[in-house]
Amino acid sequence: MQNWIGGVEKLDVLKRVPIKEQEPIERIHNFDEVCLGYTPDEAAREAQRCLECKNAPCVKGCPVEVKIPEFIRLIKEKKFKESYLKILETNLLPAICGRVCPQETQCEQNCVRGIKGEPIAIGKLERFVADWFRQNCEFEFSKPQPNGRKVAIIGSGPAGLSCASSLAKMGYEVTIFEAFHKLGGVLYYGIPEFRLPKEVVEWEIENLKKMGVEFRTNMIFGKTFDLEDLKQEGFDAVFISSGAGLPNFLNIEGELLNGIYSANEFLTRINLMKAYKFPEYDTPIKLGKKVGVIGGGNVAMDAARVARRLGSDVYILYRRTEAEMPARKEEIMHAKEEGIKIVELVSPVRFIGDESGHVRALELVKMKLSDPDSSGRRSVKPVDGSNFVFEADNFIVAIGQSPNPLVKKAIPDLELNPNGSIKVDENLMTNIEGVFAGGDIVTGAATVILAMGMGKKAAESIDRYLNAKKHENL
Amino acid sequence: MNEIVIKQNLAPNVWLMGIYSPQVAKKAKPGQFVILRVTENGERIPLTIADFDNEKGIVYIIFQVVGKTTSLLSQLNPGDRIIDFVGPLGMPYEHSPEDKDYLFIAGGLGIPAIFSKVKMLHSEGKNIDIIIGGRSKENIFFEDELKKYCNNLYISTNDGSYGKKGFVTDILKELLESGRRYDEIFAVGPVPMMKAVVDITKRFSIKTLVSLNPIMVDGTGMCGGCRVKIGNEVKFACVDGPIFNGFEVDFDGLMKRNSYYQDVENISYKEHKCKIGLGE
Ligand SMILES: Cc1cc2nc3c(=O)[nH]c(=O)nc-3n(C[C@H](O)[C@H](O)[C@H](O)COP(=O)(O)OP(=O)(O)OC[C@H]3O[C@@H](n4cnc5c(N)ncnc54)[C@H](O)[C@@H]3O)c2cc1C
Ligand SMILES: Cc1cc2nc3c(=O)[nH]c(=O)nc-3n(C[C@H](O)[C@H](O)[C@H](O)COP(=O)(O)OP(=O)(O)OC[C@H]3O[C@@H](n4cnc5c(N)ncnc54)[C@H](O)[C@@H]3O)c2cc1C
Ligand code: SF4
Ligand code: FES
Repeated sequence: MQNWIGGVEKLDVLKRVPIKEQEPIERIHNFDEVCLGYTPDEAAREAQRCLECKNAPCVKGCPVEVKIPEFIRLIKEKKFKESYLKILETNLLPAICGRVCPQETQCEQNCVRGIKGEPIAIGKLERFVADWFRQNCEFEFSKPQPNGRKVAIIGSGPAGLSCASSLAKMGYEVTIFEAFHKLGGVLYYGIPEFRLPKEVVEWEIENLKKMGVEFRTNMIFGKTFDLEDLKQEGFDAVFISSGAGLPNFLNIEGELLNGIYSANEFLTRINLMKAYKFPEYDTPIKLGKKVGVIGGGNVAMDAARVARRLGSDVYILYRRTEAEMPARKEEIMHAKEEGIKIVELVSPVRFIGDESGHVRALELVKMKLSDPDSSGRRSVKPVDGSNFVFEADNFIVAIGQSPNPLVKKAIPDLELNPNGSIKVDENLMTNIEGVFAGGDIVTGAATVILAMGMGKKAAESIDRYLNAKKHENL
Repeated sequence: MNEIVIKQNLAPNVWLMGIYSPQVAKKAKPGQFVILRVTENGERIPLTIADFDNEKGIVYIIFQVVGKTTSLLSQLNPGDRIIDFVGPLGMPYEHSPEDKDYLFIAGGLGIPAIFSKVKMLHSEGKNIDIIIGGRSKENIFFEDELKKYCNNLYISTNDGSYGKKGFVTDILKELLESGRRYDEIFAVGPVPMMKAVVDITKRFSIKTLVSLNPIMVDGTGMCGGCRVKIGNEVKFACVDGPIFNGFEVDFDGLMKRNSYYQDVENISYKEHKCKIGLGE
């Protein structure tokens, strides 16, 4: 080990070991993963840069407190399997989190190495050990003694998966009910293959099956079944993690014209239905030469990069400037490398269509940034008389999602927050006894890791709640 | 689960299937639909729940072969399974207890959407008239089944080979002009037909409901692909509908949206036909 440093290849401790990626020119023609990941040697070299800080500020930046210096030390020692198991102690889906977490605002933001140089590539290392384990090891799990209690989970996104795994470890009999025909929630139908290969998601789900978690697809809570059915089937508690799947629209003139997609519809057709492989797959997608994507978050980046891969010229139309975009920096950089253009400080006014009902253009108004307010956020306002017309063949609306209203329809007594999300107490229990909730349905559109963290916390609350109930009965 | 238990040919390219799906049968209500997928590479398509048998756990669908998915479905036989069959979706058709006189109008493949409601209202002792229509005599089906549940069944064919020559709307106009009145009219069929019905019933101020058929993907309110304009509001037909007040529907907008994928659907169907040797 020692001879890495000062050895054949000198390690510049201030700089990250570079990671291989598909060249932009090549990758815009395929849906294969962009980042190719570290080799074992590269990973071990990057791990060498970690100082193994005593107070480990990086851990404080991680919502589920992955034991970062510990797993990194195991990489230094090339004990990759042990490293994976170390991460697994607090994080169920490392292969996924390593790819999609915004590390730059979480663990890596706090990294001591980042003060003078580049922070340790914690996410890439996490991803490396998970991939290495997936390729080299068999997932083993010794089932705990069943405790005889059953929990139903609604929705198979990260919140549901993490809650299921925690409960299974405690000996619960867990069933996940999913509305779609595929499992994973946004991990499957939202985030594209080139950022998160579906085989990774499927592998994680297979592991959960090995832990004894049962999955039932094509089951829509509020339509196919309800709370009463779950009670009759003998479930002792319910965790609702149905996400924020309702697409927001702009509510401006012309939004029903053909050629305008919500990002949800566009990405669902691509990821879930594989429309990019039409006609091998039956679901079609239609995209013209020039496409405008409205928004600046991860969803907008994903939609734009998919559109690019379908051969279109893509423009991101954003109200503020690139600096304020909520999307991950890495994704914005990747998008730009792929030739996607960003039009800053513009806001949609109305869509303009032709005779046949197809969209032809979008009228935009220019925006002006104000000085930062007390919270440091700069607001924008339209510049009078600055309207102009932006022509394109298609538009994709990616301005956010809201909590799915189906759940409320199914449980009329359920208390909601003013924005439609489910109201929970500090134990993530709703106002209905025995019914818990977490993930985007509680927070509004957030992140994978926050959803997972809530799933885990809910599992602990459910366990406490059911134990207390048992004692009551005695 | 999802096993086909009954298959019948009703008319050229029109099939009835009974599918074993106790969970859908248990919750189904008139007016609702299912989404199904036939193959692993397949598309999700919506089909109305034409009827359901809660005790036996069977859901009935009636569909017309118009493209690749419906063609694949028609090639399945009793004993085969449909890989994905999810529902019931959409809002049920609610009726007000005071109303007594109903007129149902089904053009083309409208019958599945009216059948279970007709049965329900009949069992509640309501007065029911029905108009059905098709291109030609061979396209008329379910006549005997419907007769059991209504007072009058009127039939029209475009070419006059059976019933009255013309459109369902010709019969509708005659009935209303001769003074017949209804508390509620429910019309289902091709968009131009529903539009024509509403143009007539508006003049007589008779409450008219229609069941819309926009293009759908998920059917659970997640994509907005099925959005339609109702009055001044944009609604998602799969969760807010598919049944709406006919006086408020923007039919022209719906027609335009439904034609969007026509050219690519043709590619998919043609390729499929070549593969199964039907050629062109
Ligand atoms: C395109 C896109 C890109 C993103 N990129 C990132 C990223 O890079 N990094 C990051 O951290 N976050 C990202 N996010 C956000 C992140 O994916 C979500 O915060 C996270 O998935 C929320 O998890 P969840 O379990 O709460 O819900 P979801 O992942 O939304 O899962 C909910 C599940 O419940 C199912 N469901 C809904 N209603 C019902 C019902 N009535 N009955 C049964 N099942 C139901 C849904 O089908 C779905 O499978 C992205 C989101 C999108 C849309
Ligand atoms: C709520 C709802 C209920 C429905 N119920 C029934 C039913 O009970 N029986 C039945 O036969 N059909 C019904 N339909 C229509 C049915 O969904 C379509 O015929 C089917 O999707 C066609 O699939 P395909 O792959 O065979 O054809 P495709 O190749 O997808 O399409 C073939 C042709 O049909 C047109 N088309 C596609 N989808 C629709 C649609 N949703 N509405 C109108 N035209 C369409 C296409 O533009 C194309 O020209 C319903 C539609 C909706 C939205
Ligand atoms: S803060 Fe950075 S250097 Fe310190 S332990 Fe964490 S990853 Fe290693
Ligand atoms: S079909 Fe997607 S919202 Fe209705």
